Amino acid sequence: MRDVAVVSFAQTPYKRREDKLSEVEMVMSVVTRAIADSGIAKEEIGFTCSGSSDYIAGQAFAFVGAVDALGAWPPICESHVEMDGAWALYEAWVKIQCGAADSALVFAFGRASMGTLLETLTMQLDPYTLAPLGVDAVSLAALQARSLLDQGGVTERHWAEVAVRSRRDAKQNPDAQLAGDFEVEKLLAEPYRVSPLRRHDCPPISDGAAAVVIAAGDVARRASRRPVWIRGIDHRIEPHQPGVRDLTRSSSTSLAGRKAGVNPERLDLAELHAPFTPQEGILCDALGLGDGVRINPSGGPLAANPMMVAGLARIGEATRRIQAGDADRALAHATQGHCLQQNLVCVLEAD
Amino acid sequence: MSEEEPVRSIVTPTRLEYEFTAAGAHAEFLENVARGRLVGKRCPRCEKVYVPARPNCPRCGIATVESVEVSDRGTITTFCIVRVPSENIDLELPYCAANVLLDGSDMPFITLLQECRVEDVRIGMRVEAVWKPEEEWQPTFENIRHFRPCDEPDIPVEKLGAWV
Repeated sequence: MRDVAVVSFAQTPYKRREDKLSEVEMVMSVVTRAIADSGIAKEEIGFTCSGSSDYIAGQAFAFVGAVDALGAWPPICESHVEMDGAWALYEAWVKIQCGAADSALVFAFGRASMGTLLETLTMQLDPYTLAPLGVDAVSLAALQARSLLDQGGVTERHWAEVAVRSRRDAKQNPDAQLAGDFEVEKLLAEPYRVSPLRRHDCPPISDGAAAVVIAAGDVARRASRRPVWIRGIDHRIEPHQPGVRDLTRSSSTSLAGRKAGVNPERLDLAELHAPFTPQEGILCDALGLGDGVRINPSGGPLAANPMMVAGLARIGEATRRIQAGDADRALAHATQGHCLQQNLVCVLEAD
Repeated sequence: MSEEEPVRSIVTPTRLEYEFTAAGAHAEFLENVARGRLVGKRCPRCEKVYVPARPNCPRCGIATVESVEVSDRGTITTFCIVRVPSENIDLELPYCAANVLLDGSDMPFITLLQECRVEDVRIGMRVEAVWKPEEEWQPTFENIRHFRPCDEPDIPVEKLGAWV
């Protein structure tokens, strides 16, 4: 295996509605900054991979339009996944492992404000039996939350505490959308959105973009004062049909964590892509994370949840803390699909 | 029960609504179109002018800053005669879809050519925009109904350079 490190990360401030910048302009701002901060010349970057969804943009081949932001002349080697940018990073990592590139630019973007996100997410479901019912992402997350309550050991108060902690931590994150001081009692006095979930249990809808540059061994050491090494990365998927899964557990996260070599004792922090508050506990259980691991110091997806970007941003936020010397080892997690259907786990470490 | 026909298909209507917000350079372009002007953007590095305006140069990957007004006359760089009906296009067949390079612009765009027999369309042909009446102008490229031939000699193909 080749050593591969994250050398730079840039993201836009996340907003409920970005109407000053188009997708291409958002991408250009983060790609330009990530490349400048990487210490690697643009012409030397061997591979580019992006994550986005044309369903979010409402335009066929919208992802091709984003290539306009790159200055792809002379022609570049480029790829795209219709997934969160964390999976684009995985593809880039594989490309580097294969020896086909020594460095890669990874970016992701989503401007969900143009469409009706909950209806769009319904389109991910089985088109014969589930999508025609119109069951949306919040309702499915509420089913998952309900099965957790029925199983016992967790309460709505725990979830409110997750929301309060996330929004409080987000005060330190200038790019967060939802930050501030809230009280658990007041949140619990709010009405249900979809029982047993209240508004604070659900992520905000966010527009934004993020970019990361990764590089192999010597290239990373030359470019960065403190390269953040990807010690392990793996992703696993569960069945599409929520009805056949045990929604109270995340076996795909457990497996991905094992394959990525997660050792909870040695972690300083974890950036978890848990868009709904009950999912944070599911992920901590799946990965064996105890009290010694700080969860989502960035505020996490409850502070900003740009579709197709939030997973890559978890890797970026974890990297940022290691680069700043606040942590030596971190876990970053990304999810896709309903109720944590597919999960990626990445272990990051300083030298 | 065994007499019943098996289900072979189901209909599940799918419709998603989007509200597109033009931002940055696109918004500026459409505001100018609403005033009957075609204003593109120039790349500060390679100096190519893009109409419709782009927020950045796709070749250089940098932001375009300077606005440049261009003519509504141009030259056909390539074209296609459409003889197949399409559900959402209400035009008499056959019709001509043409790539037009406006004078002052460095990137052709695809548009509709009318007021011309399809047999007469040629690469290098000079064309002009036919605008809707001014009172109907909106911030949309549909202010230009179509292009039509104008009374100017063709541009020789060899002078169209990389575009043909």
